[in-house]
Amino acid sequence: MAEFRYTKDHEAIYVDGGVAAVGITAHAQDALGDLVFIELPEVGKTVAKGDEIAVVESVKTAAEVYAPIAGEIIEANDAVVDDLALISNPVNDNGWLVKLKIADESALSDLMDEAAYDAYLKEID
Amino acid sequence: MSLDKVDYSQDRGLNYEENLLWEKEHSEHSGVDFPDLKDTPTRTGMDMRDDIGLPQLSEPQVVRHFVRMSTWNYSIDHGFFPLGSCTMKHNPRLNEKVARMKGFAHIHPMQPASTAQGALELMHELQNWLAELTGLPGVCLAPAAGAHGELAGMMTIKRAHEQQGNAHKKIILAPDSSHGTNPATAVMCGFEVRSIPTAETGRLSVEAFKEALYRTDEKGADIAGMMVTNPNTCGLFETDILEISELLHAVGGYFYCDGANFNAIVGKARPADFGADVMHINLHKTFSTPHGGGGPGSGPICCTEELAQYMPVPTVIKGDDGLYTLENETDRPETLGKLKAFQGQFGMFVRALSYMMSHGADGLRQVSEDAVLNANYILSQLSDDFHAPYGGQPCMHECLLTDKKQKEHGVSTLDMAKALVEYGYHPMTVYFPLVLAGTMLIEPTETESKDAIDRFIATMKGIANDVREGDTEKFHSYPISTPRKRLDEVKAARNPILRWKKD
Repeated sequence: MAEFRYTKDHEAIYVDGGVAAVGITAHAQDALGDLVFIELPEVGKTVAKGDEIAVVESVKTAAEVYAPIAGEIIEANDAVVDDLALISNPVNDNGWLVKLKIADESALSDLMDEAAYDAYLKEID
Repeated sequence: MSLDKVDYSQDRGLNYEENLLWEKEHSEHSGVDFPDLKDTPTRTGMDMRDDIGLPQLSEPQVVRHFVRMSTWNYSIDHGFFPLGSCTMKHNPRLNEKVARMKGFAHIHPMQPASTAQGALELMHELQNWLAELTGLPGVCLAPAAGAHGELAGMMTIKRAHEQQGNAHKKIILAPDSSHGTNPATAVMCGFEVRSIPTAETGRLSVEAFKEALYRTDEKGADIAGMMVTNPNTCGLFETDILEISELLHAVGGYFYCDGANFNAIVGKARPADFGADVMHINLHKTFSTPHGGGGPGSGPICCTEELAQYMPVPTVIKGDDGLYTLENETDRPETLGKLKAFQGQFGMFVRALSYMMSHGADGLRQVSEDAVLNANYILSQLSDDFHAPYGGQPCMHECLLTDKKQKEHGVSTLDMAKALVEYGYHPMTVYFPLVLAGTMLIEPTETESKDAIDRFIATMKGIANDVREGDTEKFHSYPISTPRKRLDEVKAARNPILRWKKD
């Protein structure tokens, strides 16, 4: 079943068929401001949860994007590197950065669903 | 002829436009008459080229070029420069007078030590002052600036662990409010950085520190050290620093203290007394040597007796015969070696020691007190108009505000920083520290008079008032009176033009 998940570090994840498309949430984009640079990882790399998988840089700051779940990087979205504005699209459209083949789907339960993420945003405001 | 149509120079008032030297008209003439060199053989065996297109200009053209561009600068000598964590303080002209004395200004680093005893004595005296103020007896003056001092300090820690057979100690703890150079330096030295979240008080908490300390080893055996700025970049003194440094020392870690904010505590607290093992001092911040375009910086490190054997060379030592010499690798075999050619930024040593000696111990203490008073005055005057995080508690030498109230009206920290440029101020530090959204970090230093600070406060209040009353449109186009208007920073970062090319 396809579904959206979120992390406290403001990664947005779209899970479909054992593959997680990972991007950053609208809140993260708003906090960062206009992006000026995105660095993506090599395809084929195996990552643990919490490993750095991408770097997004704005005029204000640079921020790391972390793997929300363990797995193998099977695709990197080169289109978003060329056209940074694509990041504002949903992660299930072309706003994703990296696609991960999930090692263990049961770990998904550690991640927030949309309602939990919205509540978290209110809490940290 | 209408005067409005006159636009030959693009100059306005006494603001001058200025092109690159390469863009000036300079086809066939030169300020100096050289003989025709085309067929002259060169000593390197290469042919003479005349297709490089070097500008050929007269001396007055070149002088005007650089003088005109110098008028585009803004410096502490122009006005208020409240850049947080940067301590933009006045460089007393006495410093300059002393630095220009012939014996100092014309000395050469390769002169025999016997002919440079005065200079070496000055460096030795500066070492003593820094050791006294920090409580850390080992001093190496050589690092060229703050980040270089950090590198020297972290390499000293690395060297100590290696020499003591603790190469497995890999993790450096650093608060999430730390200067970006801290984690960068740790990684450059081969360490792994573990971030400690800032507590709701705006400080490190013992709980969060312990969690990070024991996360991957219950005895903390993998911890190499920590890098902490105190007071921190929220402008707050780390009140639990003693307990935290004791916990760190108990697992065999070293405490690197970032000296960027030392101006808040000079003569009031010695970093060694709250557990620091090594720290760098920015002479160009705390001790008034010029920076921000006027440098160079200078970032000596101070460390404990134990670490002193590992720190870089050279150090000035005084022999039993009363003569000063430079201690080098052969005198101190445990040293990590040399990080900088010769002895460091000697001219800055002269200025810093002039500053210290002209103020004296009591004067330096008063400098810190005045710097803290000024920051608190600004905080108290602006905390109704701007959001003051962490309960608006009293601060040290810099105060932290955010754009939370203005953001609701569509005006951001960036807009307000640009408005300050329009109103004739260098902006404060913006979007740093990263622990909160839309931060503005304001450090007035002891330099400013109450008049100057009151004018700045009035300007900030005026901005807040305009935003409150809905007069917000202008904030998105400020500055408008400057030679260059609002710059497109995103475009500049995405498509930088780093090199001039001929058409």
